[in-house]
Amino acid sequence: MTKALISVTGADTTGIIARVSTKLYEMNINILDITQTILGGYFTMMMVVDLDGANRTFEEIDNAFDSVREELKMSIHLQRMDIFDAMHRV
Amino acid sequence: MIETGEIFQTLRMIQEENFDIRTITLGINLLDCSDPDAEACGRRVYDKICRTASRLVATGSEIEREFGIPIVNKRISVTPVSLMCQGDPRPIARALDRAAKEMGVNFLGGYSALMQKGATLADERLVESIPEVLSETERLCASVNVASTRAGINMNIVREMGEVIRKTAQRTADQDGLGCAKLVVFANAVEDNPFMAGAFCGVGEPECAINVGVSGPGVVKRALEKVKGQPFDVVAETVKRTAFKITRVGQLVAREASQRLGIPFGIVDLSLAPTPARGDSVAHILMEMGLEMAGAPGTTAALALLNDAVKKGGVMASNHVGGLSGAFIPVSEDIGMIESAKAGALTLEKLEAMTCVCSVGLDMIAVPGDTSAATISGIIADEAAIGMVNNKTTAVRVIPAIGKQAGDTVEFGGLLGFAPVMPVNPWRCDDFIARGGRIPAPLHSLRN
Repeated sequence: MTKALISVTGADTTGIIARVSTKLYEMNINILDITQTILGGYFTMMMVVDLDGANRTFEEIDNAFDSVREELKMSIHLQRMDIFDAMHRV
Repeated sequence: MIETGEIFQTLRMIQEENFDIRTITLGINLLDCSDPDAEACGRRVYDKICRTASRLVATGSEIEREFGIPIVNKRISVTPVSLMCQGDPRPIARALDRAAKEMGVNFLGGYSALMQKGATLADERLVESIPEVLSETERLCASVNVASTRAGINMNIVREMGEVIRKTAQRTADQDGLGCAKLVVFANAVEDNPFMAGAFCGVGEPECAINVGVSGPGVVKRALEKVKGQPFDVVAETVKRTAFKITRVGQLVAREASQRLGIPFGIVDLSLAPTPARGDSVAHILMEMGLEMAGAPGTTAALALLNDAVKKGGVMASNHVGGLSGAFIPVSEDIGMIESAKAGALTLEKLEAMTCVCSVGLDMIAVPGDTSAATISGIIADEAAIGMVNNKTTAVRVIPAIGKQAGDTVEFGGLLGFAPVMPVNPWRCDDFIARGGRIPAPLHSLRN
């Protein structure tokens, strides 16, 4: 399974999860886990997704989020989970 | 499952603490490109590099994007040119520079000669051509090995390199002697080093290999900020843990690059390589340990601990460790070193002492423009002696700043940074250097 982390940070507003998950649904990407916190109005969400079923390349998926980034005025990073596993698990 | 805190830690290391993969370097064997006709040899070299490295930069960028970790440089190292060159090496140099530009790599290393015991005709031609080649090419890096623990020091070539460095500085004087920033004089040069300017693809290397250099002085500094005032046991442990994490990512990137390019993985180089950016300094790690400036008494001990702990932490994180592996102390590429040198805390002699306990040597140091060739040779001889006796790699990359004096500044720009011109011991060593010959290899028993 090719897992990726989507981290979303920025000012809290309505519909963040809705917009991100709709975009994922359009690209046939399954969500494996979600955590979110709000600190002083600053929204942080981490979403672990499975890219195996996706109908796009990594680059296309990342580019597809440009419209969501623009709309929500939030920072959205997509990166492979391997880097976290490598760093924190022996 | 990875915890949120761990994810934040990784993101913080990359976004705030300048953690990056410093280089993916593709080593390419060029021995099969040898040809009696220098121009034909150049064409074969160019074609082979373009064939082998065509996807290097694109693959590096892909990995960078997918894993969210910056890969600052993609580079190429090749067989030492003197080994494959049967005539004039200059057409090959031009071909290498063209290939580097075509492939989009910022440096290509391997305009090199291994002369620790003596010179072949090809070695002599190559060394003679270095000033011209480095002033007329842009991305080509040169290195010369002048000593080894097994062979001793070739003082004839040490003498000649003093002249070569001065000529190179003079020919590139309008760029503050930039040519000399692309020229390294080694003792015990390693065959799989991914870092420039000293990278080349040694004769024991495979047809091609992916070697990766990691970096993260900022991450180590930040980790040490959390253990202020605690004993050195804690300091060493903290550095080890951090080096382990950094190196694991290096290993991951090396494995990915190797798989995607279909090129064998060579080594991960466990290095702390600074840049002139704030928050990316090895000197600041030393200062975090409790020194007012790099160069203060205690600096050599601090560096010894740092260097050793980086290796101990990194070794377990990678399948194959190699290259130079250790903390680098280039002056112009480290803002803390620059500040310490400017303040007069860091002298050439202290830097020489520091090179006894770390990787690699007197690196990116600007010296006054009137420093004689013999004095530069003397500096090289001292550094080579440290490498030879201690069975380690040492190197000299000094830049005579033509028309400038101690206290002036030279500016190279980019990763090469800027440096204060440092004073050099004024006492002469001309008669010592004029002797020539070879300093015999040292005895490695009766070690008291």
